[in-house]
Amino acid sequence: MESLSNKKKVLEQKPLSFMERMYLPAIAKGMGITISHLFKKEATVRYPEVEREFSTNFRGMHSLKRDENGKERCTACGLCALSCPAEAITMIAAERKPEEKDLYREEKYAATYEINMLRCIFCGLCEEACPKEAIYLDGPIVPADYLRKDFIYGKDKLVEAPLEMKK
Amino acid sequence: MDSGFVIEKFILVAVIFGISLLIAMYSTYAERKVAAFLQDRLGPDRAGPFGILQPLADGIKMFMKEEIIPTTSNKWLFIAGPGLALLCACIGTAVIPWGSPMVIGDRVIPLQVSDINVGVLYIFGVVSLGVYGVMIGGWASNNKYSLLSAIRAASQNISYEIAMGLSIIALLLMTNTLSLKEIVDQQHGWHWNVLYQPLGFLIFMVCSFAETNRAPFDLPECETELIGGYHTEYSSMKLGFYLFAEYINMFVSSAVMAALYWGGYNYPGMDWVAAHAGTTWAPLIGTAVFFAKIFAFIFFFMWVRWTIPRFRYDQLMNLGWKGLIPLAIANIIITGIVIAIIEKF
Repeated sequence: MESLSNKKKVLEQKPLSFMERMYLPAIAKGMGITISHLFKKEATVRYPEVEREFSTNFRGMHSLKRDENGKERCTACGLCALSCPAEAITMIAAERKPEEKDLYREEKYAATYEINMLRCIFCGLCEEACPKEAIYLDGPIVPADYLRKDFIYGKDKLVEAPLEMKK
Repeated sequence: MDSGFVIEKFILVAVIFGISLLIAMYSTYAERKVAAFLQDRLGPDRAGPFGILQPLADGIKMFMKEEIIPTTSNKWLFIAGPGLALLCACIGTAVIPWGSPMVIGDRVIPLQVSDINVGVLYIFGVVSLGVYGVMIGGWASNNKYSLLSAIRAASQNISYEIAMGLSIIALLLMTNTLSLKEIVDQQHGWHWNVLYQPLGFLIFMVCSFAETNRAPFDLPECETELIGGYHTEYSSMKLGFYLFAEYINMFVSSAVMAALYWGGYNYPGMDWVAAHAGTTWAPLIGTAVFFAKIFAFIFFFMWVRWTIPRFRYDQLMNLGWKGLIPLAIANIIITGIVIAIIEKF
């Protein structure tokens, strides 16, 4: 039958010629290829010491941001938890007391804020849903651990370091 | 026999034994590094600077691991196997001339443990014995795969020994001696045997790849078909002995190839060096050259391993019986004719 796509290639299997049956020219060619790789730049890096640069839109570990005065931005509105397709986020809201005015930006804040890193798929929808620009996935790769409970990250791990500590 | 003779031989044996074990140790490291570089990787670099302590770490690991002797195995042969493999690998170094005689004070010390007049035959004998280690280990394991591997190793070694022996006959026609020392001395300066016997060298080299069970002839331990081959049931340092024996074999056969075909400790301009460096140091320079050649061969072994895929078993037998043996016989005939013509005229 006629080929419609015209892409078909008929390969012929010829018996090997004398030079081909000697194998030596082919082996020499192969050896040449492998030795050329001796002088090429290696594709790997010494990982723990050297890390590859991430792409600019890389999504890593979450961080809860602070505003310019060092107050936590999160108001525990729950939009991130609602938008999360993996249901990895949970939080408990609390009302700010007058003496906590320097800690939280608005009257309502997240008393606990937990992300289950085993559930999280790093889609970045929480980041998009947040009206207060409080959560960003700008951290490193989430490290490995041994126990499931250790993958539930609380505010101790998520909240950005305070301003004076940063300096 | 004076005591000086005994002491000097004892020192020589200890040094050669130590050096061959050290080289075998670092061959494992070199193999991994060469493999890595040929595959655009870095290789082991965790233990010490550039991973230089890796063989040590591997050795400690081997010693510390649990030792398992299968209950259905033949216990004594199971233990004898790796010992025999290592022993046969090590005693091959006894007849290799490492350098021309060294003069210290008024003593002339030959840098060869024993210059027996059938050195080439001795090497062949020891190499043939080496397969017993593999066979006994494979049989004693009482494991189908190990047994298959042992049978493969035995038939492969026997097949390639024939071609190896025939290729060496052409060389012996030229040298008229079986003593390795005399063969090396005949290649003074540039007169390396490989220039007169290129085909013989090629056959010898291919056969020594097969004899040492190295890729592309590593069928006795091909993981894809036989799990681990003859050392499937082995663990701990017994496994280490087998792996070690393979690397010592590689070292010995590199040394034999360098001595028989590539001039051993001879190099161009050696007379000038001998006149200037003195009789104590010139032989050591020759030894260094010899070791450089050996290392080049060891690198070649590794280079080939990471280039050429493994042969199929029938291809292996075809190459040995239908390719190399007729070629070796043709080589003998041509060499004989040429020698006869040269002697006539």
